[in-house]
Amino acid sequence: MSIELLINAIIAGLLIGGFYAAVTVGVSISFGILDIVNIAHPAFIILGSYIAYIVNQTFGLDPILTAILVLPAFYALGAAVYQVYYASFEKRGQDALRGLAFFFGLLFVTEVMLILVFGVDYRYVQAAYIEYTWHIGFMDLPFRMVIPCVMSLLMVGLLQLYLSRTFTGRAIMAVSQDQLALQLMAADPIKIKRIAFAISIATASLAGALLIVIQPVEPSVGREYIGRVFAICVLGGLQSLPGTVIAAMLLGVVESLTATFSGPSWAPAVSFSFLLLTLAFRPAGLLGR
Amino acid sequence: MRAFLFYVVSILVGGLFFAFARWLGNDYLFFAGYTVLQFIVLATAWNILGGYCGYVNFGSAAFFAVGAYASVAMHKLAAGVDRYFPESVAGLAKLILPLNIPTLIILGGIMSGLVGLGTGYLTLRLRGAFFAIATLALAVVLQTLIINWDFVGGSRGAYIIRPSEVPILGSYIQYLFLVMLVLSVVALATARIIEQSRLGYGFATIRDDEIAAEACGVPTLRLKLIATTISGALMGMAGAPFPYYIGYLEPSSAFGLAYAVNSIAMPMIGGTTSWVGPLVGALLLGTLQQVATVTISSAVNLLIVGLLLVGFVIVAPKGIIGLVQDFMRERTSDKGQPTWRSRLAIFANMRPGAR
Amino acid sequence: MAELLLHVDNLSKRFGGFVALDGINLSVQAGERVGLIGPNGSGKSTLVNCMCGTLRNETGTVRFDGRIVDGLAANQRTHRGMARSFQLPRPFHTLSVAENLRIPLLFTAHSRSGRHLTREETESRCHELAGLVGLAAKANKLPRDLTQVEMRKLELARAMAADPKLLIADEAMAGLSQSEVTDIVDLLIKLNERGVTIILIEHIMRAVMSFSQRLVVLVSGKKIADGAPDQVVNTREVIGAYLGE
Repeated sequence: MSIELLINAIIAGLLIGGFYAAVTVGVSISFGILDIVNIAHPAFIILGSYIAYIVNQTFGLDPILTAILVLPAFYALGAAVYQVYYASFEKRGQDALRGLAFFFGLLFVTEVMLILVFGVDYRYVQAAYIEYTWHIGFMDLPFRMVIPCVMSLLMVGLLQLYLSRTFTGRAIMAVSQDQLALQLMAADPIKIKRIAFAISIATASLAGALLIVIQPVEPSVGREYIGRVFAICVLGGLQSLPGTVIAAMLLGVVESLTATFSGPSWAPAVSFSFLLLTLAFRPAGLLGR
Repeated sequence: MRAFLFYVVSILVGGLFFAFARWLGNDYLFFAGYTVLQFIVLATAWNILGGYCGYVNFGSAAFFAVGAYASVAMHKLAAGVDRYFPESVAGLAKLILPLNIPTLIILGGIMSGLVGLGTGYLTLRLRGAFFAIATLALAVVLQTLIINWDFVGGSRGAYIIRPSEVPILGSYIQYLFLVMLVLSVVALATARIIEQSRLGYGFATIRDDEIAAEACGVPTLRLKLIATTISGALMGMAGAPFPYYIGYLEPSSAFGLAYAVNSIAMPMIGGTTSWVGPLVGALLLGTLQQVATVTISSAVNLLIVGLLLVGFVIVAPKGIIGLVQDFMRERTSDKGQPTWRSRLAIFANMRPGAR
Repeated sequence: MAELLLHVDNLSKRFGGFVALDGINLSVQAGERVGLIGPNGSGKSTLVNCMCGTLRNETGTVRFDGRIVDGLAANQRTHRGMARSFQLPRPFHTLSVAENLRIPLLFTAHSRSGRHLTREETESRCHELAGLVGLAAKANKLPRDLTQVEMRKLELARAMAADPKLLIADEAMAGLSQSEVTDIVDLLIKLNERGVTIILIEHIMRAVMSFSQRLVVLVSGKKIADGAPDQVVNTREVIGAYLGE
């Protein structure tokens, strides 16, 4: 085991961990703050990836740029999904079973539709920076991982600012704790929750574009991310965005080390084992709640 | 009296179908029928934890696969007795192995039951949402373990050589069909017995309001563990004959998403409050899928299942039997006498006002 | 001198940064009738939740019937003889009224009497309990067909079904008419005469005064008074807490 290999594995882990934060932040909002178990979140991400792919194929547009342009559409989609969810489940006071089944159905239907339209071949995008790698001594920093990592941390940072500095953002944080107080402050809790959920889906648009920059994508890739997303979310302490970033990088590094030294066929088990262990022994997360 | 009627009717119906298929002389009906029966077991098993207790299991495929791979492991052991056992034990091993299907089913049930117990013990103290996510995790972890376990073939898969003939019956697939038929009746009977017992009441309180249940003295953790174990065991039992049915088993088919979706969709579309729901859901959806796979494509048929699931969950959350129940509720006894509708409802445990 | 049935020692509970209960000490003797009052949000229901195991307290111990119950799950404490009704009714909404009452009979009664009840005993006890609170006519109805008031009665009856040594009634009389209040108070007094210790949490002062042998007052998570009802209601702090100083 050479030290160069170890360091490069750690660097790769940190970079991909940064990206994982972008993937997870949407669930931090929908599950951590709104208490909605949206296991269909990876489906929205993959949708974002495929949209970036089509636009890249047809117009040659950079995927990240596409994602930003498409952001409003994803926001609207999120708002629509929340309306259906609210009208069908939350309002009726249904048990959690139906909500879970609803999102699972969405996840499944999205995946199958993508298979029907695009088939199971891997799709990838072309962009100027994807081929380059930044070499510092023996350390390799591939651009196709650095750019997504940086964009991801930027997005999470912006969200953190939004949630802590703006009125709507703080209302979102408040709605998870005290709906009545929120109503007394003349803010409509339902509208606030809808905005929050729409934001969480909007993040999926960008996360999807970043994903297809990092790796080629096919419809079932979404399911790999369910375990990662919830593992990071729980480990990071549900509502804490900084905690999410730390947990994401931790998971990234462990996965990278496992893939390098034990072989890539063991990698999927890492995140899910993380999740099982966290749930069993430290459900309040690393930083506690 | 009602219980007797249940067993008689189910055996009659099963026997009739079997005789009919044999008379037709076309093995396809047995293959298709096996799949539908398998879904009856899976849907019923899922519903014991999902419908009765309110805890969603997304990893049905994991429990199913544990049963299937237990059979594969036994098969490999039998094929290489001299290699795996020391001399002293080999003779004894040769007598026991290869295990027959019913024994494999029991073995699969035990293994999956233990997995269910373990998963439950790790996660059932937390909220239902965490349990659901943990079951997703479980499926992936187990699949990764199997892919890396060369003894059962890893990602290359394993071939199971099955006997082509069985005494008395003739073709092997007919034997498998009968086995699965018996297993279906066992599963349905288990669900029915649970529903009418103290256990069933306990499950219902967990689903309705777990905190109030605790306050009333219901040992919720213990009951949830029981539900998870029984549910997992039944799924493992459904999986045990699968390698013999399909001949070649590889991880992506054993852990296929179709199992997770169907075992959720069938009870939720059929109705989760009684044993009739999963039966109706499995019969309807199972048959629909067989037809769709043959006529359209297998991807489209999964799409239909997914869309139906989402649709029913939004529009008709109580499922088909819920719709029927509402229909019956309005018609029970104008004169205080039970009508044929209410009698039928009672037979299927669909008493108005009952869980 | 009767022994202590319940002894709460320095119990505290926080929710994040908010201190819901601050060092509560409470002793209840076997056979007592204790009233617990306090403004909304003072922590009464939180105290009940901590005593009964629905919530875990951070500090302090709860001793019931001579043994520490801190590590026990709520269902185990119910088996030991603690029963409570919920301030906001929590019926099992897919079970009928009679079936709701059957649950404690199925799962708790045996640990109190030493054996499981037979089907006839369960049936008759269900109907008896329903009748005691005036729900006999609605025994086969679902909770969604009941009024708020009827649901509260079901809550109380369900707590009684657990055959408790200590019954904690949390605002069981909200919304009841004058005569209904009198009925419930009489019911609880009769229960007490049969040996059941009762803690009554209420806002209806008439009921509390006529029922309690001892009155405890909780304000903002602290106990500010504990003694004979007539004396307690005339202390400065209690008057101040309700009327403002």
